[in-house]
Amino acid sequence: MEVDQLQRSFLEYTNSLFRFLDGQFGQLQLLQDESNPEFVFEVVSLFFEDSERILNDLTLALDQQNVDFKKIDAHVHQFKGSSSSIGAQRVRNACIAFRNFCEGQNVEACRRCLQQVKQEYLLVKTKLEALLRLEQQILAAGGVIPMLDS
Amino acid sequence: MLVHIIPDLLSVKTRELFLKNKAAELDREMGLIRTQEETGRHVRMLTHEIRSTLDRHTILKTTLVELGRTLGLEECALWMPTRSGLELQLSYTLRHQNPVGFTVPIQLPVINQVFNTSRAVKISPNSPVARLRPVGKYMPGEVVAVRVPLLHLNNFQIHDWPELSTKRYALMVLMLPSDSARQWHVHELELVEVVADQVAVALSHAAILEESMRARDLLMEQNVALDLARREAETAVQTELMPEQRLMVETILKSSNLLATLINDVLDLSRLKMALNLIKPIASVKRLYVTLSMSPDLPEYSVGDEKRLMQVLLNVVGNAVKFTKEGGISIAAFVAKSDSLRDPEPLNFFPIPSDNHFYLRIEVKDTGSGINPQDIPKLFMKFVQSQPLAAKNSGGSGLGLAICKRFVNLMEGHIWIESEGLGRGATAIFIVKLGIPGRLNESKLQFVHKVPGNQVKPNFSGLKVVVMDDNSVGRMVTKGLLVHLGCDVLAVASGEDCVRAVSQEHKVVFLDVSIPGVDSFEVAVRIHEKFSKRPDRPIIVALTGNTDRTTKENCLRVGMKGVILKPVSLDKMRNVLSDLLEHGYLSESQ
Repeated sequence: MEVDQLQRSFLEYTNSLFRFLDGQFGQLQLLQDESNPEFVFEVVSLFFEDSERILNDLTLALDQQNVDFKKIDAHVHQFKGSSSSIGAQRVRNACIAFRNFCEGQNVEACRRCLQQVKQEYLLVKTKLEALLRLEQQILAAGGVIPMLDS
Repeated sequence: MLVHIIPDLLSVKTRELFLKNKAAELDREMGLIRTQEETGRHVRMLTHEIRSTLDRHTILKTTLVELGRTLGLEECALWMPTRSGLELQLSYTLRHQNPVGFTVPIQLPVINQVFNTSRAVKISPNSPVARLRPVGKYMPGEVVAVRVPLLHLNNFQIHDWPELSTKRYALMVLMLPSDSARQWHVHELELVEVVADQVAVALSHAAILEESMRARDLLMEQNVALDLARREAETAVQTELMPEQRLMVETILKSSNLLATLINDVLDLSRLKMALNLIKPIASVKRLYVTLSMSPDLPEYSVGDEKRLMQVLLNVVGNAVKFTKEGGISIAAFVAKSDSLRDPEPLNFFPIPSDNHFYLRIEVKDTGSGINPQDIPKLFMKFVQSQPLAAKNSGGSGLGLAICKRFVNLMEGHIWIESEGLGRGATAIFIVKLGIPGRLNESKLQFVHKVPGNQVKPNFSGLKVVVMDDNSVGRMVTKGLLVHLGCDVLAVASGEDCVRAVSQEHKVVFLDVSIPGVDSFEVAVRIHEKFSKRPDRPIIVALTGNTDRTTKENCLRVGMKGVILKPVSLDKMRNVLSDLLEHGYLSESQ
């Protein structure tokens, strides 16, 4: 495919992601340059690793007999921070709701929140993977990744 | 005896017969009425079906199917005018999925006859438009035809419709079953006429929808293309360009109207008054007062981009006038102080005036329709207009406030709106950074004059900084930002590591203060203690996800020089470092 077409598809796809990824993701794209050509890929990969670890920890923590809400809150805070840094706004919002229920020390509600957070994470993960694939295609075709509106 | 009985019997018989006939007649009439009722019901159902879709194909197919069912038709067909308008083409039939595109010239007498009246007209089964069934040995059923007005978009004026505004019609042809001796009843013809009208309306809705979707797609395409062009231009400006190329690129940027470059020149603040002279006539027509108060401690002259500042002011004041029906607008201009801690929106930086700069704060208060606090964040987004604001006379496209925000950001300031709710008026506030002429050091001024229209590009290359954040993703992003700006970054995850790692070579330490269970303020205190005797000890800046007053106060208390709200954008980080540079906390990098 022509580089132009790929770039156009890329921009259109990115624009369609506005509900999932906010302006912060655009900032990450800005940081990718010749001296740092894989930046977005690295940050996103780190985000995936980090998130999966946190989700596992959260699942374990909520399965315990005596649930340690402080620990759970700390985990969710982490997740909120990392999703916010990458622009995954729906994940971040789900984390904010989660923290509210943590404060209320309601185990059932927290389990539901965990499901919600997991779902949002999986959604944004699919979108990010698709985006990264498009980026690879553009680079392979010799083009430059177009920047997003910040 | 019999002679007497027979006439009586006769009259009884006659009466009986009379009654029987009457009964039969009534039965027939009842039957008719029932049919009409049913038909009425059918019409309502039909109309509902037809009007429930906005897809023109579905509209037409549904019409034919439902009509066929309701009236028990053998065939029902629709002929549409061709693009040239000279022929009618068979477009839809009940019995065939894809009719061969028969055409007939539109000027046939039978067609003219039908098109000249809004009534359903009986036509001969032998006319060209009625030859829809294979010719057989049977007696063809009666055929009627009716016109279906096709409304043009620009003719869509209800009071003129359908007589005057349209000249294009489609032709609907309906055939009763052959060999049935059925005849078209009046109520059936009426039904056909009603349906034809409904179809016309439904088709026009579908056409309008198609048109607007096409327009929307075009707009989106243009938007995408413009974004691409703008981004390419921006990237280009950041690299080395020949003067002609630079000029071309900057022209694109300016004309695309989505990015502005600042022209910093002498700004006469008394011009603010003049700007208001543009607004006063409009306000007085609406009988609104406009007052301006300028604080005496405002300098007479300052350095800044006057044109952009005026644009922001006029935009904001214009909005205030637009949405105010009675009362008026009060504008106040003064020097911003750092007690703006009470403001809901934090600045990246405390507005500490220095020898070279001050912050101008302008508040525009109106007694107008107010804004629902929930809608306030959307106001500054492009193309979004919330319902109550998009009143009858809103000619704007919704770009105004978004552009104001852009300009204000370029002037390293902030703009926001406060309102207690609908009907309670609103206050728009913006703060921008302006220079004090004569106090700027020579090199800066020269720089400004040499390359007009270009932002001062600070040089941070090699600046050594430390970033402390326990969140790995956040740490990587902040580090990435600073590396991109040219800094030499050391990233650590804990307060301990931070205190240990900070050396006198590091000029700035960025501390995340929102980590639960970690007292980052203590870390700050310990860092200060480590370098207590040194005049050039590292500056500490807070990174946080919360913006509450307590956090800010704590930061001030431990001597931090700034608070940055996460997530951090490239522009924000650049502004922070520039400010540190200008305040003299950092020296220009070696």
